[in-house]
Amino acid sequence: MTSVPAPGTPPAPVRQSRQQLVELLKAKTSEGAQELLARHETSIKELRAELGGVLRLPEGVALDSGDFNYEAPDDETMILNLGPNHPSTHGVLRVMAEIRGEQVLRTKPVVGYLHTGMEKTGEELMYHQGSTNVTRMDYLSPFFNETAYCLSVECLAGIEVPPRATWIRMLMCELNRIASHLLWLATNGADLGALNMMVYGWRDRELLLAFFEKVTGLRMNHNYVRPGGVAADLPDGWRDDVAAICDTVERRMDEYDRLLTGQPVFQERMDGVGALDAATAVSLGLSGPLLRSTGVAYDVRRDFPYLAYDEVDFDVMVGTNGDCWDRFAIRMAEIRESVKIVRQVAKAMPRGDYRAQDKKATPPPRNRIDESMEALILHFKLFTEGPRPPAGDAYVPTESPRGELGCYIVSDGSSRPYRLHMRTPSFANLQALAPMARGGFIPDLIACISSIDPVLGDVDR
Amino acid sequence: MTSALAALYPGDPLFAKGADLWVWVILLVKLVVVFAILMVSVLFVIMYERKVVARLGNRWGPNRAGPNGWLQSLADGLKLFFKEALVPAQADKVVYRLAPVVAMVPVFVTFAIVPVGGTLTIGGYTTRLQLADPPWGILVMLMASSISVYGVLLAGWASGSKYPLIGSVRASAQMVSYEAALGLSVATVVLLTGSLHTSAIVAAQHGGFLYHWNILRGFGAPFAIFSIAITAEMTRPPFDLVEAEEELAGGFNMEYSSVAFALFYLAEYAALVTNSAIIATLFLGGPDGPRIAGHSVGPVWFTLKVLILLYVFVWARATLPRLRYDQLMDLGWKRLIPGALALLLVVAGARVSWRYGLAALAGSMIALLLLARAIEVGRAGSGKEQGGMPSELESP
Repeated sequence: MTSVPAPGTPPAPVRQSRQQLVELLKAKTSEGAQELLARHETSIKELRAELGGVLRLPEGVALDSGDFNYEAPDDETMILNLGPNHPSTHGVLRVMAEIRGEQVLRTKPVVGYLHTGMEKTGEELMYHQGSTNVTRMDYLSPFFNETAYCLSVECLAGIEVPPRATWIRMLMCELNRIASHLLWLATNGADLGALNMMVYGWRDRELLLAFFEKVTGLRMNHNYVRPGGVAADLPDGWRDDVAAICDTVERRMDEYDRLLTGQPVFQERMDGVGALDAATAVSLGLSGPLLRSTGVAYDVRRDFPYLAYDEVDFDVMVGTNGDCWDRFAIRMAEIRESVKIVRQVAKAMPRGDYRAQDKKATPPPRNRIDESMEALILHFKLFTEGPRPPAGDAYVPTESPRGELGCYIVSDGSSRPYRLHMRTPSFANLQALAPMARGGFIPDLIACISSIDPVLGDVDR
Repeated sequence: MTSALAALYPGDPLFAKGADLWVWVILLVKLVVVFAILMVSVLFVIMYERKVVARLGNRWGPNRAGPNGWLQSLADGLKLFFKEALVPAQADKVVYRLAPVVAMVPVFVTFAIVPVGGTLTIGGYTTRLQLADPPWGILVMLMASSISVYGVLLAGWASGSKYPLIGSVRASAQMVSYEAALGLSVATVVLLTGSLHTSAIVAAQHGGFLYHWNILRGFGAPFAIFSIAITAEMTRPPFDLVEAEEELAGGFNMEYSSVAFALFYLAEYAALVTNSAIIATLFLGGPDGPRIAGHSVGPVWFTLKVLILLYVFVWARATLPRLRYDQLMDLGWKRLIPGALALLLVVAGARVSWRYGLAALAGSMIALLLLARAIEVGRAGSGKEQGGMPSELESP
């Protein structure tokens, strides 16, 4: 009777040996433990994969094996766990780092804490419902998700989009790029300890969110871009709003140049930190400012023009050293380039319909439903059965603020995608963390995470 | 007893007539008043910082609790007192509980030597508006700042957790490094005024607004060095590596809760007030300022100076990014300490005669140039060895 615990006492914890725990961690995935383990618990193959990021690199690129000490004693190092709840992991990113003193030796990003199966959800939704799902993936650049999805659907179904819809999409995307980069500027400042930069960035993003709300009805997750066009035309007076936003952002950018760019402490913290070379960047599949900072001039807007990017004039920003400072400079310059594009778009905005009048894909205009029986039937059939693109697959890349964002859709001829896959830049870019952070200090690791600019919704989907 | 006190505090008018009961009562009252002022000023400064940071960032700041939100820190403090005081299972229990007290006490001790202004006569007893004026005066400040390292160090070590440990290791290195620059710049001030008495240091700066203040003597260099060093010493931004919200998520005080956490907060902001007061005393003439309507209003000027200094500290926090560990050490060891040493030499030489001063100036210039060259050579050498990519394991 004495062995029975009194009611209310918690059950005795099950004691596991370290060995058992490691076995358990490794058994969970097909590729070794998801967590970062001590060196003697990790196979050489896994160590190599870690150093080159989690995605596999050619081994020559991944690691110069003379550079790595496999026999390093455990008592000299410590495995530090950052996140998933940590002030500067931008959501629920978890990073495990092996450190010696302040120096970071190995890093492993552990992702999946925000995984909600959105790609699978997309396969259960009809094509015209898809935008409302994908818009929640990269929640800081929703217009890009919607645009990438809609371009793929239109490519599959062969829908011709009217020019006004295309230019509206471009306008919203570029404004969204400004908003996203401003938020990055804010969090980057905060990550380095510049407290008020955070507030300034959020303040300016507010201007853009207010405009988005005016246009779409929502501040985030707009569901504005839809297969065949956009949900609604631009509101009256949008030109004035856009002009005001452009002027304000440009003025504020000069202020931030004074606050951060010319700031010696900020320069010291960014310069030469987290440097990547072009070969590593390409082999890791990086894109966006991360890739361009290494000197590879790859911008989907210029190299594979979509929407009407071949009709506007803008520069692709390229760095040389591939360090945090270059990435900072590129994003600062990209905000100015986006302002330039927005001005051109506002000037050249064509008149016409804001969505295609395609009987198979877009609903008929509201007033037609009252007059025409045929229109009513079409409307009913579209929203109950959904559009049915022919069997096949499509992938259209776009340039999101974080890099190449594309939607790969396989259609089996039904009204729902057979497979929906988002090629998201944050996921690929996050693999660069290990080579970037290696050899730096803990604050550099934070600066690296910040300059990758991962959005965890985009990583985990 | 009486003679001992008089010997301990020579020149203090309070002990001129011997220490009878009323002297002890006055001492006790002064003790309680200083403690209360410091406690209340902490509540004020926390709100002051939050308001100023908010206004610098286009925000309102807290404005709900009390008139215009000024009771917010009191409400926060009360809330903390009702929280459960957790002690982590891994913690060294005794040291863990001791650390907040060790962090707090030296700060309060330091404020004792700050002359707030003038003298006060009550019933025949004349006393300075200063808790204690020992002949070694300013050394109390150096002593207390050395001891306050232990609070942070022990807190981090005793928490039995990784982040606090990193924080406390950073703290020990940082505070010990900047102690040297701090001491050297204080020594410069002591040489300039010729006394360790804080009241004498203030008296030496009297007579003319700004004109006689130490901030202008030594071309502002001792002031600059002292201000930077004291900011690092109390781990205020941009030198707050010890807490480093974005890196260590709170650092040394991460595992603390309830009253213990409140004590750390108290210590931090009391240190901010105290050190602003010390800067005002050493460099801004303490309570020195023009008379208003024929009355000497030392405490008003003193408070004003402290408020301005506090504003500068808050401003730095709002604007500047945090330095990295190695950059912090660079600044401390390669710039501040050699600079402060050279300055001390020059001032010491100049006190003897202008010839000695010039000689010391020339000598220290040569030494500084040599040092700069040595640092440059050292940098180039290490750069060559690394060959671009960071090598995996340098010898620990």
